[in-house]
Amino acid sequence: MKSPVQKLSDLGKDLFLWFDDRLHVKKIWDSTAGHHVPQSAGSWFYVFGSATLLCFMMQLVTGIMLALVYVPSADEAYATLEYLTYHQQLGWFLRAVHYWGSNFMVGIMLLHMTQVYLFGAYKYPREITWISGLVLLVLTLGLAFTGQVMRFDEDAYWGLGIGAAIMGRVPFIGQQLVDFMLGGQIIASETLSRFFALHVFVLPGSVIAIVSLHLRMVLTKGINEYPVPGMVVRRQTYDKEYAAIIKKEGVPFFPKAIDKDIIAAAFVIGGIVTCACVFGPKGPSGPPDPLQINASPRPDFWFLWIFSIAALMPEQIETVALLAGPAVIGLILVALPFFNGTGEKSWRRRPVAVIIVLLTWIGLGMLTYLGATSPWSPVMNAWSAQSTPDAQILHRSPLQLQGAVVLQYKQCRNCHAIDGLGGERGPDLSDVGMRLTRPQLTRQVVQGGGNMPAYGQNLSPAEVEALVDYMASLVPAGVPPARDYTLPQKTKN
Amino acid sequence: MKHEPDNSNLHDKSAPCACSAAPAPDNSTRREFMLKIGFALNAVAGAAVGIPLLGYAFSSFFKNHELDWVSLGPVDKFPEGKTRLGQFKNPVHRSWDGVTAEVPCWVRRISGDQFQVFAINCAHLGCPVRWFEESKLFMCPCHGGAYYENGDHAAGPPPRGLFTYEFKVQDGQLMILAGALPTLAQPNA
Repeated sequence: MKSPVQKLSDLGKDLFLWFDDRLHVKKIWDSTAGHHVPQSAGSWFYVFGSATLLCFMMQLVTGIMLALVYVPSADEAYATLEYLTYHQQLGWFLRAVHYWGSNFMVGIMLLHMTQVYLFGAYKYPREITWISGLVLLVLTLGLAFTGQVMRFDEDAYWGLGIGAAIMGRVPFIGQQLVDFMLGGQIIASETLSRFFALHVFVLPGSVIAIVSLHLRMVLTKGINEYPVPGMVVRRQTYDKEYAAIIKKEGVPFFPKAIDKDIIAAAFVIGGIVTCACVFGPKGPSGPPDPLQINASPRPDFWFLWIFSIAALMPEQIETVALLAGPAVIGLILVALPFFNGTGEKSWRRRPVAVIIVLLTWIGLGMLTYLGATSPWSPVMNAWSAQSTPDAQILHRSPLQLQGAVVLQYKQCRNCHAIDGLGGERGPDLSDVGMRLTRPQLTRQVVQGGGNMPAYGQNLSPAEVEALVDYMASLVPAGVPPARDYTLPQKTKN
Repeated sequence: MKHEPDNSNLHDKSAPCACSAAPAPDNSTRREFMLKIGFALNAVAGAAVGIPLLGYAFSSFFKNHELDWVSLGPVDKFPEGKTRLGQFKNPVHRSWDGVTAEVPCWVRRISGDQFQVFAINCAHLGCPVRWFEESKLFMCPCHGGAYYENGDHAAGPPPRGLFTYEFKVQDGQLMILAGALPTLAQPNA
C-alpha cells in the first residue's frame, strides 16, 4: 500500500516523464545549463557576461511595463512621460529602473569586453563569440541611443539634430541618410515613430538573436579556461588541450560553477534598484519644443565622450574622423582574433594589451569628465549673472571702469572668466595685463583670432580704448605688466 | 510504465511504405525539377513582397525635398538693424507632430526689405544657437561655435557660417522657403 505522498511523487515523476518524452527537457538542460566548464572558469572575473544578460532581461521586462503607458507620438510622448513619472503608480520607479538598467548594461558589458580581452578569450577558436559580442555592443549602444530618444524631451529633440548633422556629413548620400534617419525632412512625428520601432522591435529582437548565437558558441567551443601565464594557444593543439582540461577538471556549469554568477546577479539587481530609488529616473527635461531655444543638449552618460570628441577634434579632420573612425575601430576589433588569435592568453604576459586597456579606459574617462563639465561651452548667462569681483575694480581710473563695463556688457565673460567666475572657453582674464601688452590686447580684441571672434565691427574706438586700458590694469600685485621686449621701452607701462 | 511512442509500424517490413522502396530515377529528377520550380516561385514571391518593402523603408532615397514658402509674419514685426527670433509652422507637417512642427529661425533685418534669415541649427552639429545683441554674436551651447551678426563663422568648430533660408517680401509679409532640417548635405534649408 503506497502512501499518498508516494502516490503524488509518482504522479509528478510520470508527468515529468510524459513532458520529457515530448520536449526532451532533460537532454536540453544537460547540454546547456549542465554543460561542462573548466573549474577555473567559476571565477569572479567571469560574472560580467551573465550580468549583462541579466540587465537585458531587466530591460525587456521594464520596457514592456513602460510601453503599457507610453505613447510614441511626437504630440503625446512628453505628456505620457510626465504622467508616468508623476501620476502612474510606481511609474517613476519603472522609469528609473529602466534608465539605470541601461546604464548598468552598457557599463557591465564594457567590463565584460575588457575581461574577455585581458583574458585572451577572443583567441582561437572563439572568433565568432568575440565578433557576435561586438555586434551585441553595437546593438546595445543603439538601444541606449534610441532609448534616449524615447525620453522625448528637449535633449532628445536636439540630440536627434546632432545625429542628423553627423549623417549630413556623409558624402553623396548625406541628405538621403538624414531623411532616412528622421523619417521625413524635419525632426517630428515620424522620427519618434521609427526610433520607437527600432527601440522596441528591431534592436531587442536582434539582441535576442545574437545572444542566442553568442551562447551557442559558448556551448560549442567552451568557456575560456582561466589563463595561466606560459600556456600558449596554438591552432594545432588547443582543441585537444581544452578537451583535456574539461576531462580533468570539468564541472557542470549548473550547479558547480554558477554560484558567483548568481551572487553577482543579486548585486546587479540591487545596484540598479538602489540607484533607481536614490537618484530616480532621468528627466524628462523641458518639452521637445523647438521654440525653446535656450536648451543646452547633453547626451546620456555613455555618449558624453563622443560629445567631447566633437568639441575637441580639429575641424579639418572632424568629418573624416566622425565617419571613418567608428568603421576603422570596428574593423580592428573584428580582425583582432584573426591577427592576434594565438599565443599567450594571460594579461601578465601581454603588456601591450594591458596598456591598450588602461589608455582606453583613462581616455574614455577623461573625455566623459570633459563632456560632463564641457569647459568649451560659453557660459551663456555669465555676463548677466556674475558681477565683476570687487578687487578687480577697486582703485581703477574712470576710463578703466568704463572698460570694465564694456567687458561685462559685451559678454566677454561668457567665454573669459575673471577670478574663476565665467566661461572657460578662453583664458581667464584676471591677470591678462601680465601676459599681453596694450598693442597685443588691442589687436586681439579688434581682430580676434586663436578661436576668438573679432570685435572690431562691434566696438567703437572709444570702447576699445577703455577695454584695453582696463585689461592692462588686470595685473596681480607685485608683478610687472607685460612688456614688448623687441621694442625700446617708451610707453608709460 | 511505457512512454515510448508506438513506432512499431514504421519498422514493419510487411506494411506498405513508400520510403523503404527504392526510389525510381525518373521520380528523383522530377523531385529536383519540382524543387527548382519551388525556388523560382518563391524568388518571384519574395520579390513581390521584398521590393515594395524596401521601397517603403528607403523611400527617402527616391524623394526630392519638398520645400514651400511660409510666412514669418508682417515685415514690421522685425525692426531694422535688429536680429529677432522668428517662428513658423513647417510646411510639411502632420496633425500628430505637436510642438515639433514649429520651427524657430533668426531674422536679421538689415534695412528696408533687406533681410537675412538664419537657421537656428549650428552648422557644426545642429544645436540651437542663441543671439547676443550686445556682442552681436550667435553662440552655440554645445561646443562653443560662434557666428557674427551676418552669419559668418567667428570661432569654434563649425565648418561654415550659419545656414540661411531664401526669403522674399510679399504683400508686406516676410516669406521664407522652408521645410527641411538644414545640414551640411542640404545647407539651403
